[in-house]
Amino acid sequence: MSTIFGIPAPALYGQILIGLINGSFYALLSLGLAVIFGLLRVINFAHGAQYMLGAFAAYLLLNYAGIGYWPALILAPLIVGAVAVVIERTMLSRLYSIDPLYGLLLTFGLALIFEGMFRYWFGAAGKPYAPPAQLSGGINLGFMFLPIYRGWVVVASLVICIGTWLLIEKTRLGAYLRAATENATLVQAFGVNVPRLLTLTYGLGAGLAALAGVLAAPIYQVSPLMGSNLIIIVFAVVVVGGMGSILGAIVTGYVLGVLEGLTKVFYPEASSIVIFVIMAIVLLVRPAGLFGREE
Amino acid sequence: MAVGTQYLAEQPRPRALSVVFGAVAIAALVAAPFAVYPVLMMNVLCFALFACAFNLLIGYVGLLSFGHATFFGGAAYFTAHAVKVWGWEPLAGILLGAAGAAALGLIVGFLAIRRQGIYFAMITLALGQMFAFICLQAPFTHGEDGIQGVPRGHLLGLIDLNQPLAMYYFTLAVFLFGFFAIWRIVHSPFGNILQAIRENERRAISLGYRVDRYKLGAFVMSAALAGLAGATKAIVFQFATLTDVQWQMSGEVILMTLLGGIGTLIGPAVGAGLVIALQNYLAASDFPVTVLIGIIFVVCVLVFRRGIVGEIMALMKRKTG
Amino acid sequence: MTEAPLLEVRGLNAWYGESHVLHGVDLDIREGETVTLLGRNGAGKTTTLRAIMGILRRREGVIRLRGQDLLNLPLHRVAQSGLGYVPEERGIFASLNVAENLMLPPAVADNGMSVDEIYRLFPNLYERRTSQGTKLSGGEQQMLAIARILRTGARVLLLDEPTEGLAPVIVQRIGDVLVELKERGMTILLVEQNFRFARKVADRFYLMEDGRMVNSFPGHQLDANMDQLHEVLGV
Repeated sequence: MSTIFGIPAPALYGQILIGLINGSFYALLSLGLAVIFGLLRVINFAHGAQYMLGAFAAYLLLNYAGIGYWPALILAPLIVGAVAVVIERTMLSRLYSIDPLYGLLLTFGLALIFEGMFRYWFGAAGKPYAPPAQLSGGINLGFMFLPIYRGWVVVASLVICIGTWLLIEKTRLGAYLRAATENATLVQAFGVNVPRLLTLTYGLGAGLAALAGVLAAPIYQVSPLMGSNLIIIVFAVVVVGGMGSILGAIVTGYVLGVLEGLTKVFYPEASSIVIFVIMAIVLLVRPAGLFGREE
Repeated sequence: MAVGTQYLAEQPRPRALSVVFGAVAIAALVAAPFAVYPVLMMNVLCFALFACAFNLLIGYVGLLSFGHATFFGGAAYFTAHAVKVWGWEPLAGILLGAAGAAALGLIVGFLAIRRQGIYFAMITLALGQMFAFICLQAPFTHGEDGIQGVPRGHLLGLIDLNQPLAMYYFTLAVFLFGFFAIWRIVHSPFGNILQAIRENERRAISLGYRVDRYKLGAFVMSAALAGLAGATKAIVFQFATLTDVQWQMSGEVILMTLLGGIGTLIGPAVGAGLVIALQNYLAASDFPVTVLIGIIFVVCVLVFRRGIVGEIMALMKRKTG
Repeated sequence: MTEAPLLEVRGLNAWYGESHVLHGVDLDIREGETVTLLGRNGAGKTTTLRAIMGILRRREGVIRLRGQDLLNLPLHRVAQSGLGYVPEERGIFASLNVAENLMLPPAVADNGMSVDEIYRLFPNLYERRTSQGTKLSGGEQQMLAIARILRTGARVLLLDEPTEGLAPVIVQRIGDVLVELKERGMTILLVEQNFRFARKVADRFYLMEDGRMVNSFPGHQLDANMDQLHEVLGV
């Protein structure tokens, strides 16, 4: 068996794949956080809970309505996005004129409510969610065995990230978003309904989190706490990347995911803290983050 | 509007009233173990000190730390280890815990004050999570089990802390010491500069203050006092576990402070009492505590940002003009 | 005054936080008129524009466009009712290129200038359409700020110091553009410090001091009012 730096090659490739998968979720979630933060100046602590809600929506659709994976990929983000729209209209929008820390505290409270309710209803244990038939099984790539669903997640998340980036960089709606991020009042003075844009943006960000949740359901088990531990890592990712750049958030997500995977191969004891260590180093060397601007 | 700025005009309250109020409160705390289960009261006192220490940072410097469990729970581990494994006397163990928390505060604070506002909160949260992972894996913390069976021992080799009343009055003394220390810090020249920084950081910089040093100083003090609370709790309950270092605990102390009143001296203590009482009450029912905590968060942020004590003080000020 | 004014402002008071900055401002603009607000820095000219537009929200009084109340409309509805705003700082967005900046404001009526027409009027903008908005020169940014409003079909323009800090040849160019807009029947409320520039386009002047209107007179009486102008403007 071939080895690389004394590590069997299949083990190395396997961990890189796991790193890519984790990185896909870091990228998807930090992308949504960055989009919301850019316009609303709110750090959405409920992002992890919305990811969990997306996974649960898929689980419930399947088990109570017989609706499978593919429709859930569309429906779950719509449902969670709709909930987010209501939250923005009734609660978050009252906080825009005061210290952004209150937005963080509000969404933290909402995250606790969602997680607590789902734990109360479904218990803390994870629930299995089978990948769709078209994506089950695996293929032998010669140098490693690739479960098809995992390959799909990497490709799908890349497509979603690039799609979101194109939406923001190349469309009229994206131009409104970018302009409003710079100067919301002026954009509204041009006749754009900025309050509605804020609502939509929050809904979009939450929908992205939910979409990530559906993608994650067959890989990690569906559990009420699946989002809260993830979101803290994503916060570290966001601190490393800086929230000034959408592309920066995406790239940082994938890179840190792979680095975490590699750490698992070479020094497994440190794999759960490596991202935080990288965050600390970045703070020492470049406090604004790799892609951030000093504010 | 910065978090907590609305209470700045807090100090010029009639002094006599404060003294009377303080005397009544202390008398009530001295008498409390005869009316309330002492362990419950000790739990309240530990969390009250924890919340007051946290409030030193958010209420008087405007920094929201989302990782204060690190200092509370970290100190508990240090103290539990010193007392149980090394056989230290309890007060020395507690002081070691507080010193350890201060050291952790120096590291976390040094990194976190490089960013402001919302980033500060995220960084402290992330570093707190990292510490929790370390506690899960380090050999001396014993993973999921934590350090159990910590002996209460004899205070200074004289007073047997296994006596509930002795333990209670010792805890009360620690709380009063910590509370008085915070009061002194807030009303010292150092405290005045902290508040100036919170109000207008740029102006403080242009006046020549090394703002980062003041922030770091406040962070370390807040961490040390949070550690004092956690260390005492380890002696009271005779264990140190992962629960006290996890992010949920950091969230709880934020809630206590927010509920009682950010930037008020006694608000956090009141908030701690209420949250502990509520948790105690709910422990018997099957209603999920997390949900209730979340609801209180949402209600506080939306309609009640001054907290209970803050609202009462605003009301009193309106009445007296 | 025989016909009803197109834009009517009565007893307008406005506040920045606690400080009261406009004290009962009255202002009328008829269809097709160009009216210039003169006054020193801090007299309240920009504030008047921002209050009419609704960017400054703490206001009292009457603001009507074609008889329709503007005071109680949300900001974006004010723009949709046909007011086009060109801010003093120009407000070109750094994260948008020139073409995107131009296309940003949504059309509010269907008689706006076409993009081709705009590029014919401002050939520089066409050449630099893919550059980042804020990479343009000051004069080009000002052209872009005016051009993007022309595209929307707004018939009433609020222009805040369009010549500020620009070279004489550019000021000349902007003057030509304003004359052209006038010929097309636009109604313009212009804030200007430079009354030598303003006299070429203005039908009427208003003079402001300390948040109040202190005088108003038709364009041809500018010379007759020169003494007061010198005194109030301190030139």
